[in-house]
Amino acid sequence: MKILVPLKRVPDADTKIRVKPDGSGIETDGVKFSVNPFDAIALEEALRLKEKFGDIETVVASIGEEACAEQLRTGLAMGADRAVLIRSDADLDPRAVAQVLAALFRREQPGLVLMGKQAIDDDSNQCGQMLAALLGLGQATFVSKLELLDHASRARCGRETDAGLETVTVTLPAVLTTDLRLNEPRYVSVPGILKAKKKPLEVLPLTDFCAGAVSRTKLLRLEAPPHRQAGARVRSVDELLDKLRHEAKVI
Amino acid sequence: MPQILVIAEHDQGQLKAATLAATGFARKVGSAAGGQFEVLVLGHGVAGVAESLRHCGAVSVLTADDPALRHPLADKFAAVIAGVVRGRGATMVVAAASTFSKDILPRAAGLLDTGMLSDVIDVWPDGGDFTFKRVLFAGNALATVKLDGPLKFLTVRAAAFATPPPTESAAPVVAVPVDGATLPNQIEFVAREGRAAGRPDATEAPIVVSGGRAIRNADDFERLVGGLADALGAAVGSSRALVDAGITPNSLQIGQTGKVVAPNLYFALGISGAIQHLAGMKDTRVIVAVNKDPEAPVFEVADYGLVGDVYEVVPELIAKLKPG
Ligand SMILES: Cc1cc2nc3c(=O)[nH]c(=O)nc-3n(C[C@H](O)[C@H](O)[C@H](O)COP(=O)(O)OP(=O)(O)OC[C@H]3O[C@@H](n4cnc5c(N)ncnc54)[C@H](O)[C@@H]3O)c2cc1C
Repeated sequence: MKILVPLKRVPDADTKIRVKPDGSGIETDGVKFSVNPFDAIALEEALRLKEKFGDIETVVASIGEEACAEQLRTGLAMGADRAVLIRSDADLDPRAVAQVLAALFRREQPGLVLMGKQAIDDDSNQCGQMLAALLGLGQATFVSKLELLDHASRARCGRETDAGLETVTVTLPAVLTTDLRLNEPRYVSVPGILKAKKKPLEVLPLTDFCAGAVSRTKLLRLEAPPHRQAGARVRSVDELLDKLRHEAKVI
Repeated sequence: MPQILVIAEHDQGQLKAATLAATGFARKVGSAAGGQFEVLVLGHGVAGVAESLRHCGAVSVLTADDPALRHPLADKFAAVIAGVVRGRGATMVVAAASTFSKDILPRAAGLLDTGMLSDVIDVWPDGGDFTFKRVLFAGNALATVKLDGPLKFLTVRAAAFATPPPTESAAPVVAVPVDGATLPNQIEFVAREGRAAGRPDATEAPIVVSGGRAIRNADDFERLVGGLADALGAAVGSSRALVDAGITPNSLQIGQTGKVVAPNLYFALGISGAIQHLAGMKDTRVIVAVNKDPEAPVFEVADYGLVGDVYEVVPELIAKLKPG
């Protein structure tokens, strides 16, 4: 079986996000970029399936600027077998990304797509579901438990919903999106990095690959949210209760 | 003029309050640009939920009621929504942001080859079309965006849209035909862990009490966080640290990748205030932080900060809140 894992290049979760004064985007100078944490969880799961079942090829893919190759190298260093970079400098919305991934799916014919439930930059949480719809495949979102059944023809998935854990089975191929609790991604090792250098990283221009993928979302302006003022320190439980009752009037 | 379809969310026969906020969005669009909205309730045995929506301001309450829709499975729900959108000529499809809507709406948008915006907090008409504001980067940025195309899918933040007052007239309930046998069948329901009964859901409660890594085990969480919540009739929540430690279930996680809440009052007990946590609660009206570290970032957003040990402060709070 082949598992396709899309990896998005995003500002690291620990960086402080600052909006540019002209509102055109965020400051990227000096910002560290990483693999979107949910995508790293997706890749970790693919690698664990490979370690368990053997006969699995893991393909990582990224769509975007040249620098996305860094995140693909990280994926290869974690243990992915090969990488595909679909080059585009355009700002693509989730629908356009899903179209590109659908084209990649048709080329690669994987048995499973494992991807993050959301990217921590755009926070849209749409791509996997749209991809599944475009391909007419089943989906399971927010997966925190995964088990392959019946010779990998189905997957049993635990899904984290607002009401609690839901379990479903999905016919494969399918698109599964990962939640935080699925696993803890491994660190990249030095031998892993050395091996990654020899693994194939194919670069395809988006215009050749999926020319129709154009964003319908137009960003007019980005702004920082209103600043929340720090309030007062209280010195005791009595003072706190007094303020909540008589000043804020919330209890 | 926009024709809006609001997708209702319900659980165990009860309408989710956030659905009414989504109708608030629809009414806001309607009063700015004209047009009307319908509500769609999907499920099995949804007459009661439909009834509770008849005064929400919709011109009709549509029901897709079929045994095949007993569980909210994305393949079936998205197919039905896509069919209803085509049949009713909707130009905007909206639901309150939740795991339900985030699972299903993008799939329906994909079936209809249309774009979608998540976590919308504002909307205004703009030259025959609309401009939207949405939250991204864990709440560290707000984007003003346009979405091209004749059909738009959206999820909206419930806290950003007021629940409109009920209308006097009652909308008719209209059943849309569903043929369960022809719906896709790729996803099969196995089981669902119910939410622990007794306490309200954090997204619906006026007061939320949340605990962080300071809480050492599940018993202490129940005694301190649960105890204070019960003394206030509040919901409980937690930071990711406690979910990762297995002390609280995932469904309690507040934050960028958990639930987003905006109650009247939020207690952050032994929570440091990482941006990912703040993303889920900083639109609260009044934030109280209790933390033994006077430098904890949570104090920068707290209205009332108390430096102290939660193991001392919280029992005292509970004792002093108890009547008598
Ligand atoms: C991709 C991604 C997504 C994430 N999503 C979320 C999310 O949705 N929600 C979320 O919450 N986090 C999320 N996080 C994690 C987040 O970055 C923080 O790690 C987490 O919020 C920390 O939880 P905490 O504040 O409970 O723990 P800590 O940061 O360890 O803070 C514990 C606090 O308790 C105080 N304390 C300790 N003992 C006591 C005591 N006895 N009395 C009083 N105070 C005490 C300490 O001073 C400290 O400030 C995410 C992270 C990533 C990378």
